[in-house]
Amino acid sequence: MYPEEFRYTKEHEWVTVSGEIATIGITDYAQQQLGDIVYVDLPRVGDAVMAGKTMGSVESVKAVSDIYSPVTGEVVEVNATLAEAPEKVNQDPHGEAWLVKVKLADAEEINRLLSAAEYQSYIEAVQR
Amino acid sequence: MSLPAGLRATPLNPIHRRLGARMVDFGGWDMPVYYTGILEEHHAVRRSVGLFDVSHMGEIDIRGPEALALINYAATNDAGRLTPGRAQYSALLHEHGGFVDDILVHMVAPDHYFLCVNAANQEKDYRHLKAINRFDAEVDYSSDRYVQLAIQGPRAQATLQKLTPVALEAIRYYHFVDGEVCGRPARIARTGYTGEDGFEIYLAPESADRTWEAILEAGAEFSIRPCGLGARNTLRLEAKMALYGHEIDASINPFEADLAWIVKMEKGDFHGRRALLQARDSVRRKLVGFEMRGRAVARDGYEVYLDGRPAGWVTSGGPAPTLGKNIGLAYLPVEAAEPGRVIHIGIRDRQLEAVLVPTPFYKRGKS
Repeated sequence: MYPEEFRYTKEHEWVTVSGEIATIGITDYAQQQLGDIVYVDLPRVGDAVMAGKTMGSVESVKAVSDIYSPVTGEVVEVNATLAEAPEKVNQDPHGEAWLVKVKLADAEEINRLLSAAEYQSYIEAVQR
Repeated sequence: MSLPAGLRATPLNPIHRRLGARMVDFGGWDMPVYYTGILEEHHAVRRSVGLFDVSHMGEIDIRGPEALALINYAATNDAGRLTPGRAQYSALLHEHGGFVDDILVHMVAPDHYFLCVNAANQEKDYRHLKAINRFDAEVDYSSDRYVQLAIQGPRAQATLQKLTPVALEAIRYYHFVDGEVCGRPARIARTGYTGEDGFEIYLAPESADRTWEAILEAGAEFSIRPCGLGARNTLRLEAKMALYGHEIDASINPFEADLAWIVKMEKGDFHGRRALLQARDSVRRKLVGFEMRGRAVARDGYEVYLDGRPAGWVTSGGPAPTLGKNIGLAYLPVEAAEPGRVIHIGIRDRQLEAVLVPTPFYKRGKS
């Protein structure tokens, strides 16, 4: 369910790094909690994001939820397909519905995030 | 699976959990927000039929020789116009003219009125009615004696008809019949909170499980869906039906809430009337409907700006799945409350454009 090569936050974002570029999304658990997603508010290319700070929001039919950046850096790409098809976040949260790509300021930063196994036990604990 | 401490549950709670519903604390009640998804459930009601457990709603019986006198003093609409088997939307007000609650009044008999009231307000309503009762009438708190199910949508009648000998075709909108569903006594009312045709039925808690299952089975050929409070909210918002705690509360009077039609000033004295006499000529804010221009979603509590200045607030907002737009209701100064007017909604750090539109947002076609 939760890809081994990803890192995770307790706010239910995932991040995967290739070179100096981090791809960020929200987890399957997050999309399940939110229900039908109708709008994704993302930063713009060139915006600076900071680890632990709000970088956007996801709107479901029922509620709005902040997205926190798992890393610090500069937004280099935004998933434009989500503007017209936000429901993709429900359908493929770990794949096609990535949110943004960020050029990392500090490549070591992601080592502080949760592993897949740690995230899995975290959500099991909060569900109990 | 144990219930979170302090939450109340309807008799159908175990069934909701078995169906895998996502549960939410709604005014102290552990209720399903959705089973499979709000959008799917919403569309099921608009296009075919949906089943809601609304047993959290409260019931109060008023009985006695002066039952009419009490309900007509307590509530704003004119219950004197009812005949047995008819229902009426009405409101209980504070002395100062603000809402205690909005309610449905059913006339069972000349000496018996049956009220359906909001879940979170039921104890308050009961105390309020007792406190203002100076008539030869008894106020009976009867919520524990009823389960309430809502069968809503264009296929509601075809679904429910399989389970009752009562000729549903003959029950007109805002009328009700005391009959049977699944061989057990039930009050069957053609009322609802979705803007769609449908029924709300009241029955004994012991009959809840089998009636719920029987309705789902009867509606299977119409792809009936069990529906949660999420869809109930998007449906009622499209139909611009008020929700206590959002459009109405103790600080709002019926004229502001666009509910003047349930206030019958000429019927004689009622609780809150004196305050309304004054309020009527000095209404400063009004409930209006708006559509967002972009894809952003306005939510309740967000600030509304007119020409850059804060001027009101959003009472309810969200996607309107039937319309494919994001809509909302807001209080604004009366002089600005004109369809076509451009307003801005404060959404996080931005002010995003919306336009005032006529309401209701959705009105079903006549069948």
